[in-house]
Amino acid sequence: MLKKKVLISGNEAIAQGALQAGCSFYAGYPITPQNELIAYMAKYMPVCQPGRPTKGVFIQAESELAAINMVYGACAAGVRAMTSSSSPGISLMQEGISYIAGAQLPAVIVNIMRGGPGLGNIAPAQSDYFQATRGGGHGDYHLIVLAPGSVQEAYDLAQTSFDLADKYRISVMILGDGILGQMMEPVQLAIKKIKANTVKSWALTGCKGRKPNIVKSFFLREGALEKANLKLQRSYEAIRKKEERFEGLFLSDAKVVLVAYGTMARIAKSAISQLRLAGKKVGLIRPISLWPFPQKPFNLKNKKVKYLVLEMSYGQMLEDVKLAVGGRNQVEFLGRSGGGVPSEEQIINKVEKIL
Amino acid sequence: MEKIFKRCQSLYAVPTHYCPGCGHGIAHRLVAEVVDELGIREKTIGIAPVGCAVVAYDYWNFDCSEAAHGRALAVAIAIKRVHPQNVVFTYQGDGDLAAIGTNETIHAANRGENLSVVFINNAVYGMTGGQLAPTTLLGQKTSTSIEGREKKAHGYPLKISEMLALLPGVCYVERVSLESPQEVLKAKRAIKQAFENQINNLGFSLVEILSSCPTYWGLSPKESLDWIRDVMQKEFPLGRIK
Repeated sequence: MLKKKVLISGNEAIAQGALQAGCSFYAGYPITPQNELIAYMAKYMPVCQPGRPTKGVFIQAESELAAINMVYGACAAGVRAMTSSSSPGISLMQEGISYIAGAQLPAVIVNIMRGGPGLGNIAPAQSDYFQATRGGGHGDYHLIVLAPGSVQEAYDLAQTSFDLADKYRISVMILGDGILGQMMEPVQLAIKKIKANTVKSWALTGCKGRKPNIVKSFFLREGALEKANLKLQRSYEAIRKKEERFEGLFLSDAKVVLVAYGTMARIAKSAISQLRLAGKKVGLIRPISLWPFPQKPFNLKNKKVKYLVLEMSYGQMLEDVKLAVGGRNQVEFLGRSGGGVPSEEQIINKVEKIL
Repeated sequence: MEKIFKRCQSLYAVPTHYCPGCGHGIAHRLVAEVVDELGIREKTIGIAPVGCAVVAYDYWNFDCSEAAHGRALAVAIAIKRVHPQNVVFTYQGDGDLAAIGTNETIHAANRGENLSVVFINNAVYGMTGGQLAPTTLLGQKTSTSIEGREKKAHGYPLKISEMLALLPGVCYVERVSLESPQEVLKAKRAIKQAFENQINNLGFSLVEILSSCPTYWGLSPKESLDWIRDVMQKEFPLGRIK
């Protein structure tokens, strides 16, 4: 039996959230720093879960390429399915993610980012922001990208991801970093009722009593692909309108607003505590949905507000902040990567210069 | 008068897009006949490959999925694991199954995934314009082996069926041909065996079908059938491998 409050890592929290959302298929391939997730799935997927009365399927795939295509198959078969990996493995999956987008399959994909490019290192990073928020593979498509800032939020967003995926027939990426994946925090478990919109009339189940269903992304006839792509675009437009998620702190009086997500936002919050104690008017926008990128919080009453974008990468989310600000405000940047994480002190120094 | 030959229910009444003399039309029909005869149309799920047969679902009257090039078996095993009561098969060409998808092929077979594979070997990449395939014969000219396949530069024709037969998870491997009506009947029996094995939960079954590609062999349809019999079968002998 599950205790109500548990101490688990971010990787385990995502897995537990997924299981409770009725995820009944997981395929993955080992890669650091997300190995706790695949191990948790290996242990608990074959066991019945609250919210999922039947046993699920766990497969350790022969590669990330195989894993994402297994998830494609499981989603096509109509069940809630997930894979997880870290940066190099996610790169390998991009072909499959593009096919999943083209076929409008509702997969959930977890990227616990590490340093890159190439084999990089296993230190936490946020350098896959562009890849995640711009589609990642070939073709005009998007994923909903959610970035948890705590282990509790990782657990909660895992459940939300499956609901959003099914609602819009889009894939959702949970984008975390190695710190969030490995760190342990207490998590309040809450067993939600799975939403009813999980009836999938398009799924492959055998054509008894209906016409055959086809899951595909190939549209060769003239005009057919454009029509299919416009359907995706309409869906993306609806998501842009309805699914912005963010946390705002001290935005009413802030002269400088820090913009950071995930682990970076936690460090930003510590810096803000220090700065506020010293009487400095500093606020925070923490985007939780990285796509769609939140636009609303950037229209603040204080028209002279300055933004400081903080990243564990070299100026990726910065572009989205600049687009949201639209040239109205000054936008500064502080970022480190390759294992470097901007420290509280570095943030405070930078803020004091800007103020 | 008794009707002894009719259109399969599992095949739509439409003309195919295949070239004259291509083996795909026959192979599609054999699959459809087997599905009809086993009475499994309403629980069959087919995986179409990337290649000339990508739109096989335009011809088959049952549930189908596309898969990325080489990934048909990864997609198929997930569907089968999710719906073990359904009958799931992949239909893959030589490039798909034995080049870009070799990893997925070997590991699906090695796990003994309970499904059926229809493997079309025509010794060439058809859809992209007749390039060297893993199964191209030594000396065979293609657009990327202009002087013919040469062992030092291109390696040998890959006998993936014989390789798969070594794996304990594989229950049945047979190589058949579409070169004559007699061989077509044998091919159908093999496909049926592969589907029956799945229904009886026996594990991974694969039928390799030697199939003609007159367009990229540079031969007439009749010459192509002779080439399968006289040349191709020397490298890829027919019969049950496992």
